[in-house]
Amino acid sequence: MKVLEKTYKKINKDDIDFLKSIVGKDNVSQGEDIHEDFCHDELSSISHMPDVLVKIENTEQVSKIIKYSFNNNIPIVPRGSGTGLVGGAVAIYGGILMDMTKMNKIIELDEGNLTLTVEPGALLMDIAEYVEEYDLFYAPNPGEKSATIGGNISTNAGGMRALKYGVTRDHILGLEIVLPNGEILNLGGKVVKNTTGYSLIDLICGSEGTLAVVTKAILKLMPLPKKSLSLLVPFPNLDTAIGTVPEMLKSRITPTAIEFMERKVLESAEEYLGKKIPDNSDAAAYLLLTFDGNSSHAIEKEYEKAARVCIDNGAFDAYIVDTEERKETVWSARNTLLEAVKASTTEMDECDVVLPRTNITKFINYLEKIQEEVGTRIRSFGHAGDGNLHVYVLRDNLDEETWHKKLDKAFDLMYKKSLELEGLVSGEHGIGYAKKKFLINQYGKTYIDILKNIKNVFDPKNILNPGKIF
Amino acid sequence: MNIVVCIKQVPGTSEVNIDPETGNLLRSGIDSKMNPYDLFALETALRIKERKGGLIKVITMGPLHARDVIKEAYMMGADEGYLLSDKVFAGSDVLATSYTLSQGINKIKPFDLIICGKQTTDGDTAQVGPETAEFLNIPHIANVLNILKIRDNELIVEMDMPNTVEIAKINIPCLLTVDKDIYDPRLPSFLKKISTRDKKIEIFNFKDLRDKNKKKYGLDGSPTQVEKVFPPKVDKNKEKWTGDSRDLGEKIAKELKNLKFI
Repeated sequence: MKVLEKTYKKINKDDIDFLKSIVGKDNVSQGEDIHEDFCHDELSSISHMPDVLVKIENTEQVSKIIKYSFNNNIPIVPRGSGTGLVGGAVAIYGGILMDMTKMNKIIELDEGNLTLTVEPGALLMDIAEYVEEYDLFYAPNPGEKSATIGGNISTNAGGMRALKYGVTRDHILGLEIVLPNGEILNLGGKVVKNTTGYSLIDLICGSEGTLAVVTKAILKLMPLPKKSLSLLVPFPNLDTAIGTVPEMLKSRITPTAIEFMERKVLESAEEYLGKKIPDNSDAAAYLLLTFDGNSSHAIEKEYEKAARVCIDNGAFDAYIVDTEERKETVWSARNTLLEAVKASTTEMDECDVVLPRTNITKFINYLEKIQEEVGTRIRSFGHAGDGNLHVYVLRDNLDEETWHKKLDKAFDLMYKKSLELEGLVSGEHGIGYAKKKFLINQYGKTYIDILKNIKNVFDPKNILNPGKIF
Repeated sequence: MNIVVCIKQVPGTSEVNIDPETGNLLRSGIDSKMNPYDLFALETALRIKERKGGLIKVITMGPLHARDVIKEAYMMGADEGYLLSDKVFAGSDVLATSYTLSQGINKIKPFDLIICGKQTTDGDTAQVGPETAEFLNIPHIANVLNILKIRDNELIVEMDMPNTVEIAKINIPCLLTVDKDIYDPRLPSFLKKISTRDKKIEIFNFKDLRDKNKKKYGLDGSPTQVEKVFPPKVDKNKEKWTGDSRDLGEKIAKELKNLKFI
């Protein structure tokens, strides 16, 4: 990727010596010692090497390094596991990349307040495993379990339980942040209600590391639902499948998740896993619904109601996924879709628009047209229940130039359609670098000016994750 | 082809507690499910029926709530369900269970084929199938990986032996225990759940069986004495390795070999 025009101080030996004095020489790497993985995220289209990679171990180190960067005009980017999809954690101006994954402690479980205090590098899967031992759960459930909680906070990650439980922002009660001038600030706390002035927590959550660096988070926990069950519902086509979702919502049914999968996408997952979903119907699309609760009886009542709505709306049947073995078979396929689609092509890029749920079908149908018009393979799956789609444009055997031309065209058409259907640019992956253009297209000058002014209040020198969002 | 499938209700989770005094599983309050290995047996029966036609009868032994696994079998496509339930049967070991099942199966004759799962997830003996066949005086093959041919009077199957896979011919009627993954078990159907909601489940008590010698059933008919039951030790050691992907790959492969996983 071409280096952008923007003047920052170039890292020199003095800077390196300073960084080594703060974190120790073993935690500082430069040049070829930096693994190639650190120049991109999960999708490699946005790529740039940092000048220096620093492994952070505590808040004080963050504070000292960020203050130094501020005073010396050096760009600085915080990074978790690097599982993002929009280049949010890529150091596009070089400078310092702060690897936060060593700050991964679970600091405190407070059962009296139902909170978990964690460092930003704690992984979602470790948090889930830790709290489950206490019959508790942290509700947001993004597919990528090796993501850090810091990264999830930065993008306000959503995931597969958003329909019933909301997104990351709904489950963050407090934050410790480091401002670009090095000052450490505490926001919120172990409180459930909070109308104490503007909610800076909500602003930081979803700010993609552009306003401050999160160094600690107080998460809201909930009692772990004792039972859960999924329904795998085969439909003759995607239209009927997705068209059922608003009907389900009208019937006041609240599954924790309604995922949609097309047969052709599922086939990639089956090939990837070497295992088939046990269904011999002629389904071209599936809805995967999940219900949780504390009694089998209550769940049964709810899922039977949902199954009837599905069948009344054209489903062939509704398969009951009730045991660990059955959940493993079905959910391992769902959780592999991204990897499977990725493995089926040479390169891909993603659009994660979010639409009013009554408009998803129109958008999905339009994808078929784009596929024909642009001449690329397009695959999609996602959260039909909350309107957040994951649409992947696949490169396959296209040469570099044709690929970019076709990709740009496909993306322009998709975001234009999304706008027309009252959708928004990103449901859960954020804007990062890759989707800036579309955010700017969506909102007018006033909106973008407000964003810029907010950024300016926090980071007047624009050193913190510069070049992202707008 | 008339097929009998033996199924069993087992605890729904591997995290069960044991009564420290009696050594019995504490089953109250935990969910139950069909023994996962039996799903392969039932699926095998359903596939045979799809090709050859016939009738699938499922049979289980247990308390009255074991009816739930028969209902589940109905949701997958079984045609008839039978439950052997009586206090006399309580505390049965492998021998008494097999004998009781054989008595039950004798009541639902005729059959061409009996299919069992390889083993259960709670008892784990893998002996009930073959012993039932012995009581019924019919040939049997365990650990069947594949059914190659179905003829009017015989089957040709692949069976898994410790170091080889052998192809065997077996006369009908016979009993097979099938291995995991012979076919992917289908999921229970909501439509079938609705249509079989009131479907009959026939219950056989002790008095319904032909052999009325109580010494052959339950605790009295069980020569096995269990000295102690305890949950397996769970090892949850975690190690984190970092480094170059090539070195790590080699290290992982070496470690998996050491642990005898590959």
